[in-house]
Amino acid sequence: MLRPAGAWAHRAAGATSPRTGWLRSFVRRQQLGAASGAVILLMALVALLAPLVAPHDPLETSFLLMLRPPSPEFPLGTDAFGRDVLSRIIYGSRTALLVGFSTSFVGSSLGTVIGVASAHFGGKTDLLAQRVMDIFLSFPLIILAIAVVAVLGTGVLNVIVAITVPIVPRVARVVRSSALAVREMPYVEAARALGASHRRIILRHMLPNVMAPSLIMLTAYLGQAILLEASLSFLGLGVAEPVPAWGLMLRGAGTQFIERAPWLAIAPGLAISSTVIAFNLLGDSVRDALDPKLRVA
Amino acid sequence: MSLGSNGKSTRIWSGATAALLAFGLTALGACAQPAPAPAPAAPPTAAAEQPRAGGQLTFIVGAEPPSFDGHRETTFAMLHPTAPHYSLLLKFDQNKYPAIMGDLAETWSVSQDGLTYTFKLRDGIKFHDGAALTAADVKATYDRIVAPPQGVVSSRQASYAAVLEKVEAPDPKTVVFKLKQPSAALLSNLASPWNFIYKAQALAQEARFPEKNILGTGPFRFGEYVPGSHWTGTKNPDYFQKGRPYLDGFRAVFIREASAQVAAVRGGRAQIEFRGFTPPQREDLVKALGKDITVQESPWVCVLVVSMNTEKKPFNDPKFRRALTLALDRWEGSKALSQIAFVKEVGAVMRPGSPFAMPEQELTKLAGFGKDAAAAKAEARRLIQEAGVPEGFSFALTNRDIPMPYEPVAVFLIDQWGKVGLKVSQAVRESSPYLQDLRGGNYEAALDFNCDFMDEPDLQLIKFLPKEKSPINYGRYSDPVLDDLYTKQSLETNPERRKQLVWQFERRALDEMAYQFPTLWWQRIIPHSSQVRGWRITPSHYLNQDLTDVWLAEK
Repeated sequence: MLRPAGAWAHRAAGATSPRTGWLRSFVRRQQLGAASGAVILLMALVALLAPLVAPHDPLETSFLLMLRPPSPEFPLGTDAFGRDVLSRIIYGSRTALLVGFSTSFVGSSLGTVIGVASAHFGGKTDLLAQRVMDIFLSFPLIILAIAVVAVLGTGVLNVIVAITVPIVPRVARVVRSSALAVREMPYVEAARALGASHRRIILRHMLPNVMAPSLIMLTAYLGQAILLEASLSFLGLGVAEPVPAWGLMLRGAGTQFIERAPWLAIAPGLAISSTVIAFNLLGDSVRDALDPKLRVA
Repeated sequence: MSLGSNGKSTRIWSGATAALLAFGLTALGACAQPAPAPAPAAPPTAAAEQPRAGGQLTFIVGAEPPSFDGHRETTFAMLHPTAPHYSLLLKFDQNKYPAIMGDLAETWSVSQDGLTYTFKLRDGIKFHDGAALTAADVKATYDRIVAPPQGVVSSRQASYAAVLEKVEAPDPKTVVFKLKQPSAALLSNLASPWNFIYKAQALAQEARFPEKNILGTGPFRFGEYVPGSHWTGTKNPDYFQKGRPYLDGFRAVFIREASAQVAAVRGGRAQIEFRGFTPPQREDLVKALGKDITVQESPWVCVLVVSMNTEKKPFNDPKFRRALTLALDRWEGSKALSQIAFVKEVGAVMRPGSPFAMPEQELTKLAGFGKDAAAAKAEARRLIQEAGVPEGFSFALTNRDIPMPYEPVAVFLIDQWGKVGLKVSQAVRESSPYLQDLRGGNYEAALDFNCDFMDEPDLQLIKFLPKEKSPINYGRYSDPVLDDLYTKQSLETNPERRKQLVWQFERRALDEMAYQFPTLWWQRIIPHSSQVRGWRITPSHYLNQDLTDVWLAEK
């Protein structure tokens, strides 16, 4: 009997593709992570379709509707300017995801490149790069972010930069340690012996083999980045009114009217915590799934 | 009261009799100013109570001082922590606002022609470094205010330059102010809480000395300043007023967030915040603390103003600026925002209810102050189109990082401008870079403030004077018409005619040219620990901050 070959083999045989198989295995083995992934997917969809999903304009104020409690018209109530809290939560997810994804993606990409290059070149390059990283690592994440915002000013773009800067050295340090091990592998030695360029060695041989830790760092910092954005906004150092952002919602009327209008603090608080938990759980599950030691035969 | 020895003097003021000055200039036998605004509600303190010495007052300051120089700065963030270290020549009597009383000056007199003011200084006044204060120090201070040396910013220079010819110190106890022409507001201006008397020798060595150093003759000596944390002062044992101050010291704690400020008062970690809380915060504190909290309220000589950089397009076009003010529904905004912020009244450049305020029937004729909001917005859209500004045009509104009331007012403005097709974002800055941006013209539009220590056109109009005359005109425009109107009103001693000139000024600045425009006037609400005594609210958060008479009752 002839067997189909190549990419069509799995389908023709009625089997799952390697990617689908991995996903199924992930869902079966990492149920919490899968549920978190679903929550994040839902959140991403809501953010993407915000204009269709949000019942009201998140910026539209109404002096007649100030501080209304939850009702069928305003399921999460209104804020001190009469703006619909649910709509602001929905649009706020855009800010959270934009900041979260862009900072963790850019931060881990840059960190990965620096970490691999540092490990590959070694010597003075490695020494210099690592001392610079040490300087950045000596500051707690939020302190460094606050310092960057203090220099650049507030606003979404500056917040992205402020959160990316402290992520880079943290990723670089972790990736470098993996890259150091990869550098000594026979296939890298062979490539070097064959006269492969630095670029080829880094891109072709080293980078693919440190993607697992890089990916884990990316997911791990997603939640942290969202939390950091909320913290900066809460401190008045993040995005500015009237941009819908969860931290900002907590900061303003959320604290001033917490006793008489608790929904103002509860809704963004829940949004922040559930998102951060979802990203953290997903990050843990991805790490477990990618760790060969934890894989079950 | 004592009689001056100068034979040219016609009247002598000291103590409470100086209250007459605030009601009008009487030196020339002409009533130069209309009746003052009603005094604020009296705090519930027992008159018979004996002040108690000792203790440390802890008060909240909502922002950090950009510098320590009173002549330069215009913010409470500088004044509240530094005022207890300094003395003034004259000051406002907190119990009889807007009456004036002597601070360093014991007595003063005015010549028959109203052009010479002679002040006699008290005995035994010492700077905190032990040096004696003399008339030379007062002269050096006022020379610095009126004609600041290169590199020194004097924010209120314009209110003196038009009338003051020179200051003389004929002997160590006498200061003489020579005027170019009689002034209705000179004594009030000399009682300005910003006019700290500095040491002449220190100024001679370094004109910008007060920006980073504290050296005064006030009731409290400088303790320490820890940026981001606190500022302290200790009782000055050599203070010239015997038995004062009552307090052993004070501690100003820097807390920016309004909710944290309320929590500090509620938890007893601070006793007072001198600027003001919102109505909901007042209610929360009263509900939580009951008789342990005392509330004082007053109208406030403070308004948030929209400044536009007229050197940048499209803000250089009066049509566009007029559209921006027309888009604001101030009357509805007032109703709504007064529930959540300490803003309340709708008014022009002069505080509503104050002697020179424009009456409502005149006010509603100004662009953006009418009551037909829909028609005003339609007109705004038309003007924006005429100015060639496209639908959806976006710009940044530079704002201060002090949430109350800057943030709610900014949200209101952005919402209102959004309704005429403009997309506005906020660029929030800390006080120091915010002021740098405004002074340097590094902004498009900004939410600026105009706060003064009293209702006086000479003061409130300064912000709208041409840039050459007013360092606090961040609009960066020149307008000889406004300059001329300012001078005319300043010299006019007839209150009715002066009022008309002030209104002309307002029409020109806010309506015809719409250079800058007020949003909503503030309402001052101070809920403080009932332990705090000897402090009485006034319509200005700049007054009564030297803490000389403040004392703490037993718990």
